[in-house]
Amino acid sequence: MKFSEAWLREWVNPDLDTRQLADQLTMAGLEVDSVEPVAAPFSGVIVAEVLSVAAHPDADKLRVCQVSTGAGEALQIVCGAPNVRAGMKAPLATVGGTMPGDMKIKAAKLRGVPSQGMLCSARELGLSDDHQGLMDLPGDAPVGRDLRDYLKLDDVSIDVDLTPNRGDCLGVLGMAREVGALTGKDLATAPTGAVPPSIDDRLHIDVQAPDACPRYLGRVIRNIDAAAQTPLWMQEKLRRSGIRSLGPVVDVTNYVLLELGQPMHAFDLDQLSGGIVVRYARQAETLVLLDGRSLELDAETLLICDRDRSLALAGVMGGADSGVSEATRSLFLEVAFFAPEHIAGRARRYGLNTDSSYRFERGVDPELQHRAMERATELLLALVGGEAGPVVEALSPQHLPKKVSIPLRRARIEKLLGFLPADKQVEDILARLGVTAHSTAEGWLAAPPAYRFDVAMEADLIEEIGRVYGYNNLPVSRSYGELTMRPEPEGAIPLERIQSLLVDRDYQEVITYSFVDADLLQSLDPQAQTVALANPISSEMSVMRTSLWPGLVGALRYNLARQQGRARLFESGLKFIVQDNELKQINMIAGVIVGDRNPEQWGLPRQPVDFFDLKADVEALLAQTGVVAEFRADSHPALHPGQSASILVNDRHAGWLGCIHPGVAGKLEIPGKTCLFELELDILLKRKVPSFQKLSRFPSIRRDLAVVVDVETPAAALSQSIAGQAGDLLQDLRVFDVYQGEGIESGRKSIAFGLILQGSSRTLTDTDVDAVMQGITGQLERQFGAILRE
Amino acid sequence: MEALATLEQQAREAVDQAGDLQALDQVRVAYLGKKGVLTEQLKLLGKLPPDERREAGQAINVAKKQLQDAIELRKQVLQEAALESQLASEKIDVTLPGRGIGVGGLHPVTRTLQRIERLFSAMGFEVVEGPEIEDDYHNFEALNIPEHHPARAMHDTFYIDAHRVLRTHTSPVQIRVMENQAPPFRVIAPGRVYRCDSDLTHTPMFHQVEGLLVDEHVSFADLKGVLDEFLKHFFEREELRVRFRPSYFPFTEPSAEVDIECVICSGEGCRVCSHSGWLEVLGCGMVHPNVFKHVNVDNEKYTGFAFGMGIERLTMLKYGVDDLRLFFENDLRFLQQFR
Repeated sequence: MKFSEAWLREWVNPDLDTRQLADQLTMAGLEVDSVEPVAAPFSGVIVAEVLSVAAHPDADKLRVCQVSTGAGEALQIVCGAPNVRAGMKAPLATVGGTMPGDMKIKAAKLRGVPSQGMLCSARELGLSDDHQGLMDLPGDAPVGRDLRDYLKLDDVSIDVDLTPNRGDCLGVLGMAREVGALTGKDLATAPTGAVPPSIDDRLHIDVQAPDACPRYLGRVIRNIDAAAQTPLWMQEKLRRSGIRSLGPVVDVTNYVLLELGQPMHAFDLDQLSGGIVVRYARQAETLVLLDGRSLELDAETLLICDRDRSLALAGVMGGADSGVSEATRSLFLEVAFFAPEHIAGRARRYGLNTDSSYRFERGVDPELQHRAMERATELLLALVGGEAGPVVEALSPQHLPKKVSIPLRRARIEKLLGFLPADKQVEDILARLGVTAHSTAEGWLAAPPAYRFDVAMEADLIEEIGRVYGYNNLPVSRSYGELTMRPEPEGAIPLERIQSLLVDRDYQEVITYSFVDADLLQSLDPQAQTVALANPISSEMSVMRTSLWPGLVGALRYNLARQQGRARLFESGLKFIVQDNELKQINMIAGVIVGDRNPEQWGLPRQPVDFFDLKADVEALLAQTGVVAEFRADSHPALHPGQSASILVNDRHAGWLGCIHPGVAGKLEIPGKTCLFELELDILLKRKVPSFQKLSRFPSIRRDLAVVVDVETPAAALSQSIAGQAGDLLQDLRVFDVYQGEGIESGRKSIAFGLILQGSSRTLTDTDVDAVMQGITGQLERQFGAILRE
Repeated sequence: MEALATLEQQAREAVDQAGDLQALDQVRVAYLGKKGVLTEQLKLLGKLPPDERREAGQAINVAKKQLQDAIELRKQVLQEAALESQLASEKIDVTLPGRGIGVGGLHPVTRTLQRIERLFSAMGFEVVEGPEIEDDYHNFEALNIPEHHPARAMHDTFYIDAHRVLRTHTSPVQIRVMENQAPPFRVIAPGRVYRCDSDLTHTPMFHQVEGLLVDEHVSFADLKGVLDEFLKHFFEREELRVRFRPSYFPFTEPSAEVDIECVICSGEGCRVCSHSGWLEVLGCGMVHPNVFKHVNVDNEKYTGFAFGMGIERLTMLKYGVDDLRLFFENDLRFLQQFR
């Protein structure tokens, strides 16, 4: 809501300067967005009268004018404006004055003819975009008067960012009411008497949807001059409120909208046939709006119609066929109250947001219609002349908003605000807000005014009390609550710990969008069923990620393109997958590494990362949990078929680890040595709470074992077999060598294990250990055809 | 016995001349070994007349002892020299960089989230989460934002279908917590939120932290206390000026927006605060009775407050970041500033 400060002060004039006024509004919840001067700075510009216009001896487009300034002799002014004429009144920048942009006015010669000042256009004064010619001031403008003074240009436009609950402030009257309540100042009374009808013309009004339109007022005005000029004062008030002048009839309806907050509409009476019908649209009915757009309507849309056709989208916008033009001779004026719940959302459904729908959605004072009708009639008759008919009203009182009486309890005020003002103070605040209050034993019975749609329950009243009292004047409590501890389960690992571990292992965390490019996702997770956005911002952000990899790869590519050859990135967050026709949102953690294993360094050979670098990181994450995960060779469409593993926890697939598939790497233009992992985060957020095991007092023995097996035999299978056979004596088992090549026949590999064995009740003898080792080699031979390597 | 004196003299010279431990050992063997010159002298004692043996024997033993001491002394000197030379040869350039992996870093948004979680945890708040694809009911309806409510227009919602949206705020987590547990509640819910808006000052995804405290005696005064304290601790400014301004959210009543004195210019007025001296940092209010009704919490017995704050904004203010879009470009040169 943008309005002129001077206009507001016509209604209520508190002893506050502009800044204080703006602050007070902001601190009362009507946030002032901007305060802008209504005119650029200029001085020494006065109202002047052009006495005579003569041709310039040396220039076709210039004229030499004699101009009266109301005092002293006429001035000679050279002027190039096409509309300059004898008798017109226009602004004159006098010698010594200053124009916007700090341009000083001096006596000058134009093509040899002296000029003692400059006649100005509205644009030159920063008052409008109009540069058709000189600003044509009204005939009664007082010659010699300072223009700033005459047009009251020392004014500001205040733009208030109103919250949706304060529809009552969408007019200067409402804003003034609010300022009055906040400052304790009374409103100026502006008696708007009824304009008596001078003709008897009227239209019959048939409201078929009284719940949506409880009150509809109509009035005929005949014999108007729609081509008349809107007076400058009204144009200025509209301009300062951000509304362009569009001809006197529309200007008057806009003026009433701004002044009282009541939207209204003027129809060209000669375009209507029969009476007015207010009804819902029929299926597939169409309407061409004032702005030329053609709408196909649905049955929830309320229309204003005549006998034959639809005329306007009720409370939103008029139709093209029945609108007012310069040729309009007679008007039908509409002032209605449409119920907010029947207007809300309708405009948006058609991509519209008008000053009218904006107000009706938020709630227009249901008692305002007669006043607005009389105010508009009065203004119209003054501007365009004509004769007004009687006001015809279609009213359905039972559908008007109900008057409510709300119990307001002292105890509740104190409970909610932590503070109870004195009764007198509460009553004073309520009275200033127009709330009628009657005392009860517990407090009051309060009836808010009709224009306050947002005050419907006790909490609303308490907010109003707090608001007018001032939030910053309310007490602050620093000691809420009892001294209770929250549970702190040791079996939980905080996400922070997971993040720290990866950071300590040289990973940088990234945060990428949850919606990704469908093609990129297709490359990295081709089999996934995706969830798409119905209204994406762009195709690059159109489907919900089914994996964190597209985001990581995107971040990787961004940095590779900026000379970063080595990157280690991770991210955690939800992935969105469809399983059994059901959406699942699963918390994941994922990482990608590329480039050298270590930062480039003088003392280390440069080695690119591989599968096992990444696996160590994943193992470190898992190690904290105590979970034994299985890494099983498995194929993933985005991963190298020989370098990818499914991560299984308790025999359930929980993630992937692998090197990028060379084909995918090529397509995505990322290095072939890119390794990726992704793992369900929940697995990492739980851990076993340790339970102490007695230490053995007896010495341990290390035995090494190298066997030759088929290359396809997984090390994990051998380890499992060894562990099973060694039983409790095995304290540790490590793979310390894997070899293929000379000395080993093709298709086979040698793999060497180190076993640490220890007894818990006695020292192991060589005989004990030999027996264990024999058992192991025998089992490996049977299970895997393993041959002991000497 | 002159011969012994000569031998002693020779031995001394040999010890002094031994340039390293090996040479010294050779001297030891040559004089004191089984077949060493001095050892040999002892063997010759038998050939002396008996009355001279004793004296000669003593003289030889004294000579041996003195030589042993001399060798020991020389050994220490040589050992020290050897160590010196080893140490000298092992000298390294300690200014060369260390070996191994580096250290990564957290995203600045995560840094801020962790900080906020720690501060509220210290006040007894529990961290909870909720889904990001949310149904219409939890995102709007239960928060007192019915269909067609003007507040919906302010949300620029991403839709999945007619009933599901990307959550436009973290407030639906409030509803989920209150649906599933019994009061009192004291939670914060950090997470990603989404709005269909992208320009210089908006990204289609950003982060919020929602807070909810419901108990039998919670008032607006407590809300003011908790948030005032949080903001002072978050910005580590004890004198930070904080103000509460009436505002409107459908799910709170009374509602407030909270401004802090501009942390960039300390309230003097600058570009960041649009020369107002104040920065809007969060929205809050007392839980609306209609919200309590939706989750079956007794509105007469319980009161509560809720608040929500934008993490990117707090992060920008905390670290002086001037471009929101940097957070999601993930440029390593940007991210590595927050190690």
